[in-house]
Amino acid sequence: MEIDPWGVETVTQDLAELLAKDLDTHFEDFVRSRQDRVYAGMLRLVRHPEDAADLTQETFVKAYRALSEYSALRIREMSLDAWVWTIALNLCRGKGRVKRPTLVPLEGAELTARSAEQEAVTRIEGDRLVTGLRRLTPPQRETIVLHHVAGLSYREISEATGKPEGTLKSNVARGIQRLATILENEHD
Amino acid sequence: MTDIIGQLESRSEPAPGRISAGILLETGLADAVVTLDGPIGSLQVAFNDHGVSASTLLAATDEFQTQFEKRFGRRLIPVEAAPRRLHDRIVRAVESSRLGSLPIDLRSSTPFQQQVLKAVAAIPPGEVRPYGWVARAVGRPNASRAVGMTMATNPIPVLIPCHRVVRSDGSIGNYLFGSDTKEALLAAEGMNVAEQVEAARSGYRLTGSATTHITCFPTCRHARRTTDRHRRWFHTMDEAVAAGYRPCKVCRPD
Repeated sequence: MEIDPWGVETVTQDLAELLAKDLDTHFEDFVRSRQDRVYAGMLRLVRHPEDAADLTQETFVKAYRALSEYSALRIREMSLDAWVWTIALNLCRGKGRVKRPTLVPLEGAELTARSAEQEAVTRIEGDRLVTGLRRLTPPQRETIVLHHVAGLSYREISEATGKPEGTLKSNVARGIQRLATILENEHD
Repeated sequence: MTDIIGQLESRSEPAPGRISAGILLETGLADAVVTLDGPIGSLQVAFNDHGVSASTLLAATDEFQTQFEKRFGRRLIPVEAAPRRLHDRIVRAVESSRLGSLPIDLRSSTPFQQQVLKAVAAIPPGEVRPYGWVARAVGRPNASRAVGMTMATNPIPVLIPCHRVVRSDGSIGNYLFGSDTKEALLAAEGMNVAEQVEAARSGYRLTGSATTHITCFPTCRHARRTTDRHRRWFHTMDEAVAAGYRPCKVCRPD
């Protein structure tokens, strides 16, 4: 089993099984187990945190609508992370309409309590890296974010983007090299 | 270089809570709830794409959430406001004490319960009808008990006015939020609760006008027009008929 960069063992196969059996009961678990990584990836692909939040929401809404049409057999065989990022990337690239949510949850009405400490960490590191990422080519940026932020394996990224693993690896290597140069030059 | 990868991989941004709440609302896995001014105190109204699904006179939202999730198996998420169109219809329904064009979601009620709740929704504000009347209205004259059970589990109280259904003897009877609340709701609609209680206590179920010889339930809007001088009281329909009265075609007490 692959250990992802978040230090959490992925239990994708079990979840796919559960989603296939009873989508409505288990979809919330699917959202909870994936939303932080999708959001973290989105934050580095789009400029504004608000957009990242809207895109993350829309990604899962589209995922739900698709899953509710799929057969149990198809869901069981899905590579969930790769698939979710196929949807997310399409939205990021401006394909597919992002609907502004019609219902606004009340402040403080979120289903999970989050500590102020966590909120504070959100702001650190921020802009410098994102600005650097924006200067890479789109394939470099996307592949780096999918691999190092979203924690997808090259095989999964290949599934999500349809590109061969070799190309993806070279995207990442060159992208990181270039990012290093960009950030170093900034210091001077 | 490893520093860059480290920065990229650091888990620094948990998704804001509004995202999962928003996803559940947009996919219909959660209903939304708003709190607004009701006829007495505040009213919490839950809704989804199918319409209003539940309501309560409870003051605490978390209590309503717990009850809702247990009953319907869906999450309930407080939102700032209902969509404009729905909001206007809810407000109009509360102000007029009539369901009107408000869409309601009774998917988790049985067909019998749906029929009963719709019949109850047709009882005008400020008027009451006995359980047996509702049973007759849905073509199941012997189902008074089942009607009573349906009232006790009405998912949309106040908006579906189960507080307008009383015991066969005319006494006010029980209510989801207590009989005092039932009386307060009826009084807020302009009903003379004291007169109804007094008539029931004296064994009078029907009233009539000596000028028209029509007999009604005491709260029927036609009965309320009768002056005290011409008003007569009856224990049973047989007694009224024997006295030469016919049942009112509006409140249909027969």
